[in-house]
Amino acid sequence: MGCTVRSMPESALRFDRLSVAYRVGGQDRAVLRDLSLKIARGEAYGLVGESGCGKSTVALTAVRYLPRNGRIISGSVALDGADVMRLDKDALRTLRAKTVSMVYQDPGKALNPSIRIGSQVAEVFEVMGLPPAERKTRAFEMLKKVRIADPASVMQRYPHQLSGGMQQRVAIAMALASDPTMLILDEPTTGLDSTVEAEVLDLVTDLRREFGASILFISHNLAVVAKMCDRVGVLYAGMLVEEGPTERIFTAPRHPYTVALLRCLPRGGQRKDQGRLDTIPGILPSPGARLPGCPFAERCAIADARCVSELPPLRDLGGRFARCHYPERAVQLPRATPAEAAVPNVRAIADPVLKIANVSKTYGQGDHRIRAVSDVSLTLMAGETLGLVGESGSGKTTFARMLLGIVPPDPGGRIELDGKPLAPSLGHRTPEQIKAVQIVFQNPDSALNRAHTVARIVGRALRRLAGLRGAELTRRLDGLIEAVRLTPRHLTLRPRQLSGGLKQRVAIARSFAGDPRVVVCDEPTSALDVSVQAAVLNLLAELQSTHAVSYVLISHDLGIVRYLSDRIAVLYLGRIMEIGPSEQVFQGPHHPYTEALLSAVPDLDGTRKSRIRLTGEIPSAANPPSGCVFQSRCPRKLGAICETTEPPLNEATPLHLIRCHIPAAELENLQRRPNSGARDLIRAESS
Amino acid sequence: MVFLGSQVLPGSVALSILGPEADPRSVELLNHQLGVDRPLLVQWFGWIWHFLHGDMGLSYVHQAPVSPMVMQALGYSLKLAAVALLLVVPLGIVGGVVAALKVNRPLDRIISLGGLSATVLPEFVSGIILILVLGIWLHWLPISAAWPNGADPLTQIYYLVLPSLPLVLVLFGYISRMARAGMIEAVESDYTRTAVLKGLTWGQVVWRHVLRNALLPTVTVVVTQAGYLMGGLVVIETLFRYPGIGSLIFTAATQKDFPILESGVFVVGTIFTMTTFLADLSYSVLNPRIRMGTGQ
Amino acid sequence: MTSIAAAPHARRKELLAALLRSGSFLTGVIIVLFWIACALFGRHFVPYDPLAEDILDSLAQPSAQHWFGTDPLGRDIFSRFIVGSRDILTVAPLATVLGTLIGTALGLLTGYFRGIVDDVVSRLFEAFMAMPTIIVALLAIVALGTSKTTVIIVIGLAFAPSIARTVRSAVLSERELDYVAAAKLRRENAAHIMFVEILPNVLPPVVVESTVRLSYAIFGVATLSFLGFGLQPPSPDWGLSISANYGMIAGGYWWTVLFDALAIASLVIGVNLIADGLHGALDA
Repeated sequence: MGCTVRSMPESALRFDRLSVAYRVGGQDRAVLRDLSLKIARGEAYGLVGESGCGKSTVALTAVRYLPRNGRIISGSVALDGADVMRLDKDALRTLRAKTVSMVYQDPGKALNPSIRIGSQVAEVFEVMGLPPAERKTRAFEMLKKVRIADPASVMQRYPHQLSGGMQQRVAIAMALASDPTMLILDEPTTGLDSTVEAEVLDLVTDLRREFGASILFISHNLAVVAKMCDRVGVLYAGMLVEEGPTERIFTAPRHPYTVALLRCLPRGGQRKDQGRLDTIPGILPSPGARLPGCPFAERCAIADARCVSELPPLRDLGGRFARCHYPERAVQLPRATPAEAAVPNVRAIADPVLKIANVSKTYGQGDHRIRAVSDVSLTLMAGETLGLVGESGSGKTTFARMLLGIVPPDPGGRIELDGKPLAPSLGHRTPEQIKAVQIVFQNPDSALNRAHTVARIVGRALRRLAGLRGAELTRRLDGLIEAVRLTPRHLTLRPRQLSGGLKQRVAIARSFAGDPRVVVCDEPTSALDVSVQAAVLNLLAELQSTHAVSYVLISHDLGIVRYLSDRIAVLYLGRIMEIGPSEQVFQGPHHPYTEALLSAVPDLDGTRKSRIRLTGEIPSAANPPSGCVFQSRCPRKLGAICETTEPPLNEATPLHLIRCHIPAAELENLQRRPNSGARDLIRAESS
Repeated sequence: MVFLGSQVLPGSVALSILGPEADPRSVELLNHQLGVDRPLLVQWFGWIWHFLHGDMGLSYVHQAPVSPMVMQALGYSLKLAAVALLLVVPLGIVGGVVAALKVNRPLDRIISLGGLSATVLPEFVSGIILILVLGIWLHWLPISAAWPNGADPLTQIYYLVLPSLPLVLVLFGYISRMARAGMIEAVESDYTRTAVLKGLTWGQVVWRHVLRNALLPTVTVVVTQAGYLMGGLVVIETLFRYPGIGSLIFTAATQKDFPILESGVFVVGTIFTMTTFLADLSYSVLNPRIRMGTGQ
Repeated sequence: MTSIAAAPHARRKELLAALLRSGSFLTGVIIVLFWIACALFGRHFVPYDPLAEDILDSLAQPSAQHWFGTDPLGRDIFSRFIVGSRDILTVAPLATVLGTLIGTALGLLTGYFRGIVDDVVSRLFEAFMAMPTIIVALLAIVALGTSKTTVIIVIGLAFAPSIARTVRSAVLSERELDYVAAAKLRRENAAHIMFVEILPNVLPPVVVESTVRLSYAIFGVATLSFLGFGLQPPSPDWGLSISANYGMIAGGYWWTVLFDALAIASLVIGVNLIADGLHGALDA
């Protein structure tokens, strides 16, 4: 401390024993604890962690933009050698203008809604002191660099007139316009569709080579960080628990938390009948919790008395670090959930539960019609899981809500449950039919009435759907609560007193109250942290095997879809582009859109090679392209036929259908052909 | 609506004019004279028809045309309202902006709690206190709103300051609270963070990025509160014996002089509707999201 | 289901703690409790009968004998000041309760059902609210005649739209939440969804809004009394007293109106401070 080295600083960003606290309810709650890290010039450093671990606070501290109740307790931050906390107003402003830039989640909010894009970008050059005439030209060039097709017209627009991907590209343009030393990206692609995310990540990779900025990449998504970064730090409860070269951290982790976290993810095509996912017991410590020992001790299977009482130092393990007393034992961390899964294959008795024929849904009227779902036909077998995959606007949620009867389909379609027609709207369905089709919603905060207790939420469902009363109800309630791994203690609590994972279990218990035949799972784990989502997935798999229930699983996470699904349908603009048994859809031949989706997902194992990238925006369902709806973005487009004729669903195998003019055999050929490997070269270079 | 309201009133108009002891036959006669015995719809269309032609009928009490009375009173009221708005709009916005920039500091608490308390003070209560303090004890302002004949506009304004202050107090709370809330939201927004991290000065950030987004909703409040002003005028004009539309309505109500009451209330309602329309218009002019359509 | 009691208890404790931390809430409660106590027990402690006239001692200056002086009829102003809250503290809360009940029911119905009902009722509200409350009240009282009941009904009805609007906008966002869809998926009827599922979740804004409305109800009743359309003589009501005496302030008889004005001011501000405290605590 005190003496600052005045030579060329070797690190672009450096945190030294930083502790930050937020004042909530009159108390200081520690968010970052004794955090030290260094990012070298030109390096891309990834910071991963679950919600509440302090990731975003790291970013905000770096640019000295903590919320009003935030305070640095001790330690220092140096950006390009300058002590950020000691700068006066003007020096801080210069630092922000020239040295550091930041891009964060939700670009729609990061841009000023009432100022045109052109002026917002030009402002960066104004700060740099360029004359007015030059600012616009430079803004134009900068927008071109972030691959905006028509910069002149985009400059004239307001942020709300751009798509999320475009907005984020504008934000990146503004961040890089000043050619900063340090670029901080805080969850820059969270909330974007996977093909758009892939595009933005590619852009960042390319621009990084051009601009040579150091990068601090903050994300909850391990795979994205693995793809983007040279080095990675794992944050837990405001502490760095492990740090090292990306490859080594993800292939041979040395901290039990990292080990457990990686085991929670369904990887390498793991499926439910191959065993259960591992879980991490317990919950994340809340901000400000008193942690005398290792922050992970109470959830760690190899922790002993020493771990609980004594905080392990960040140990040097030869070019990498782990904050653990027993790093050599981490790999042997016993599983919290035994792998052997009692998942009998119930499809032996396969009868169709649901038959859906030519179902469509059109919203709006007159000239302003949006065809959210277009002529979808499929069957759902007893006890199977059908995965629905697709980006925003693909109609998957509308489709699910039509099954439930919440959204009535257009006349003409037909839905049958166990061979009997199912009325389009809830009001016309029989009680038996209603209780047969239930749902687990995405967000338990929205799905559970916050004014009611768990007992009331689940009890009411038992009463209405199973028709139970009195002692019988209490008995079944206890049984149901136990089945979702909750305890009677939870019955008297309200949703806000439960963690996200527990809330989702309550929602699952409710959906099973009436012994449903079909449960729609709408992104059941996307609101949950990685360490708790595995337990929910296991629970769903388990309940399926014991209740012989069918699932319609909607998820943007292909790993999860692959883990739980027996069959998969890929939707694009309300149409089924491909449908088939899970393994066949993943192994190919694929529809070009499926191919793009698969290659868009960054892969933690680095085994899958990037093949194709989509450009352009997802078209609006109000105005779909002519012919094949995918032709406007299709990298394998044949020509005129794609623009004029909508292809039928062709058989790749009797069970595997692909909606493409290219015959399945040729698709397979195209997709097997060794890739030019340009993208892999880039990866090799940067790592 | 106003019209219907005055039609369902019990006790016929004639009865209230002639007094409860009136001979039933003369009541009937007068009712016929006034046209109030015709079917409701006929009366209503007749009334609207005449109203649109600038003829508001005859006052029952004064047996004189209503239009000039209403218009003259309206002129007086608009003067008073204008003075109140001139005082309160800048004060309220500045108060709200300052409070937001010093959020949770003592100055903010003073402005916020002060505004909050002022808003719920009935005009006659604050009026009485202000008359006593500013008019009678300190002799700073004249306690009567009646300026000398032929007074120049500045003198008129001087006479109108005290009567307008109770209205200012009520409106200050509204406007400053909206401005403060809008400012806080804008200051804490992501786009403000973007602007700060660009390296702009705080002044530039507030001026270019914060104010415009923050004050948008406030504009609407300011304009719609013009409607409240018309209601507040009833009390203020009664308290200060000021011959505006408020006291005209009040007097008409006590005397059950329905043509005046109807016309007065109709004029007030029209003004309110117009200001609401203006508010929507100004909001959409200032907000690109609405001006440009919803995009996608 | 007796075991459930524990959870709301904890929540209530938390809320209470937040309220007790709020200075404005406490100040408001003290002021309002003072006036309630005066209304209930004041007449046993006041030095004079608030209604007793004494023409020989009219318009007396404040003195040791008459702390706040006397009015033109020689009545002791301090005594009237203490008991003056009696009528307004029954009329205004009753009006608020009426407005809250009607407003909440209408807000739930229009917000939940949307469609034509909502359109029609909302338009009506807009037209209704287009008129300043005081003018609406004035018209209605001219029509119905002056009595406490009329004032309660008129003020209550005048406030119902604004409460309905608050409830409606809260319901509009609540009904989009998935717990409502979940309720439909177990065949709950509309009444159950509105009153059992949604209502508890929109109560916080209703509580805040109706407390704010209470201060405006006091505002409104006092103003109506001042205009002669509210409470009637010989009630020692503050607004009424001011109405009777304000003509004399130019003559220097300030004590005949000042204390009553301050009393009204303290009461409305007190209620509003409570509303502010509730707003802060329920928001957090």
